Amino acid sequence: MSGVTHAAPPRWRRGEGRKALLWMSPWLVGFAVFFAYPLAATVYFSFHRYDLFTLEFIGLDNYRYFLHDDRAWVSIKNTLWLVVFMVPAQVLFGLAVAQLLTRLKAGSGFFRTVFYLPSLVPLVAGTVSFVFLMNPSGPLNQIIELFGITAPDWFGDKDWAKPGLTLLAMWGIGNTMMIFLAALLDVPKHLYEAAAIDGAGGWRQFRSITLPMISPVLMFSTVTGVIYALQYFTQAMIASRVAAGVTDSPGSSFVPGYPELSTLTLPQWLFHAGFRDFSMGYACVLALLLFAASVIFTLVLIRRFRTFADGQGGNP
Amino acid sequence: MTTLATRPPTTASPAGRAAARGGRARRTLYWIATHTVAVALSMMFIGPLVFVTLTALMSDDQALTGDLWPDTWNWGNFAEVFARSQLLHWLGNTFMYAGLGTLFTLLSSIPVAYAMARFRFRGRRLAFFAVIMMMMLPPQVVAVPVYLIWARFELTGTLWPLILPMLLGDAFSIFLLRQFLVTIPREYTEAALVDGCSDLRILVRVILPMARPGIAAVALFQFFYCWNDYYGPLLYAQTTEENWTLSLGLASFRALHSVQWNLTMAATLLVMAPVIIVFFFAQKAFVEGVTLTGVKG
Repeated sequence: MSGVTHAAPPRWRRGEGRKALLWMSPWLVGFAVFFAYPLAATVYFSFHRYDLFTLEFIGLDNYRYFLHDDRAWVSIKNTLWLVVFMVPAQVLFGLAVAQLLTRLKAGSGFFRTVFYLPSLVPLVAGTVSFVFLMNPSGPLNQIIELFGITAPDWFGDKDWAKPGLTLLAMWGIGNTMMIFLAALLDVPKHLYEAAAIDGAGGWRQFRSITLPMISPVLMFSTVTGVIYALQYFTQAMIASRVAAGVTDSPGSSFVPGYPELSTLTLPQWLFHAGFRDFSMGYACVLALLLFAASVIFTLVLIRRFRTFADGQGGNP
Repeated sequence: MTTLATRPPTTASPAGRAAARGGRARRTLYWIATHTVAVALSMMFIGPLVFVTLTALMSDDQALTGDLWPDTWNWGNFAEVFARSQLLHWLGNTFMYAGLGTLFTLLSSIPVAYAMARFRFRGRRLAFFAVIMMMMLPPQVVAVPVYLIWARFELTGTLWPLILPMLLGDAFSIFLLRQFLVTIPREYTEAALVDGCSDLRILVRVILPMARPGIAAVALFQFFYCWNDYYGPLLYAQTTEENWTLSLGLASFRALHSVQWNLTMAATLLVMAPVIIVFFFAQKAFVEGVTLTGVKG
């Protein structure tokens, strides 16, 4: 990480392997119990009908059911919407705000704090707030209507609920922004000076110097953004519950995704299938789908880590 | 935003001076433009919190009208939230989850991160990849079998299924700590090794004092993660109201108390407040933690 090559020879001492195993044993147990075993069990259950009481082998029925489960496909479509629209909005906005911060001469510390703060607001609290702020007669719509534009009924309209959630995501770009800021400040100043002398304008400098220099971080943010979009749960769940004004408890008839399934994401449908309908076998089919998608993006991410995985690699 | 920021130093010739004057005017304009954008953005980031606060102070009737400014300042709304809900009880549960969770995470993850950062052994890359895999795996993927494990121990309905696993290490914390520990020069530990220190002694006496900022960042992140967590408590504690956390309570608040936006916003504000206060005391550790997780990837 530091890019410094340590003086210690890369030999591997006898006994360190055993010692490392001992030191890592808590995590190794955790890995086995909460990762390896459940993953295998998920595959096993996916071939069964299981409602917590009876376990019955049904072969590929769960998979066949999935192919005809309209709500599953809606949830996949919604999740893809988030990947295609919400993630880029978040990454680009985070980059723009970080870029702005590097240009501020006065009060950059203050502005950084202000821009970062919302990302710390508990997700549930932030979402409840936004459902209120964006209700039909709420503050945001009043501001919009000052400009003579008819404001939408954000979380009550199936076409506007996901854009509403995207605004919430953009409000909470603090972490993304901070990562970009650190990367931007790492770009050697003399590159810009040299480019300026050569007559390169602002846009040209951004394209030819900034973008290539921060591309690993850009990549990192995008991939982690996609991985987290695949897990998108809390905000969608809370937005639909608060907008619909209902509670959700086991056995209740509440279906997430209000309005009209527009905020139903794959993790929510999985949760609903497994822990509200108690179709645990079917939930495992959805879990495997989620797993496959996550693995693909995680492998991309791991490539970015490879060079410093042994603790002394330079820049990738 | 991307307009030219730095210009080469000007020369002393008259033409150069004129250019410098022009440059100064441009720079001033640029200064004004960037700072105006920054102020406008600040209002967008802070605005939601301001409107939430203003609504929290309105009377029941006014909160429904969509007014932006309270006619009367109803500070009693906050007391009303405490009176009408189990907020204090939820707060206690949240503290238990976040406090014990953080403590357990540090106890279990520090040794693991230490081993990954310090020891040379076959499979260390594999171990590191496994950590990243675990970190990136959506918790929903393994939810069913893990839930069944806890159901067998009859611990569903409590927060223990969320707290106890932290005794076995937390992938994100291990990752972050490891990133921090590998930046500590090996020379320090080699010297201690030559002096005949045991590994445990090296960890406690040499590494931990040097890694204090990293440990602080991990502790904060873990505490906030638990504090904000909704999915975990929803899965395990939803059925038993006395075990609810703030997240669960707030999620049900509006439905339980009809459509009183003022009280809902007051409750929301009470849930946010501790987080914001902690942040102002521990800004540095946050920033350090964030940059460590992402930069130079």
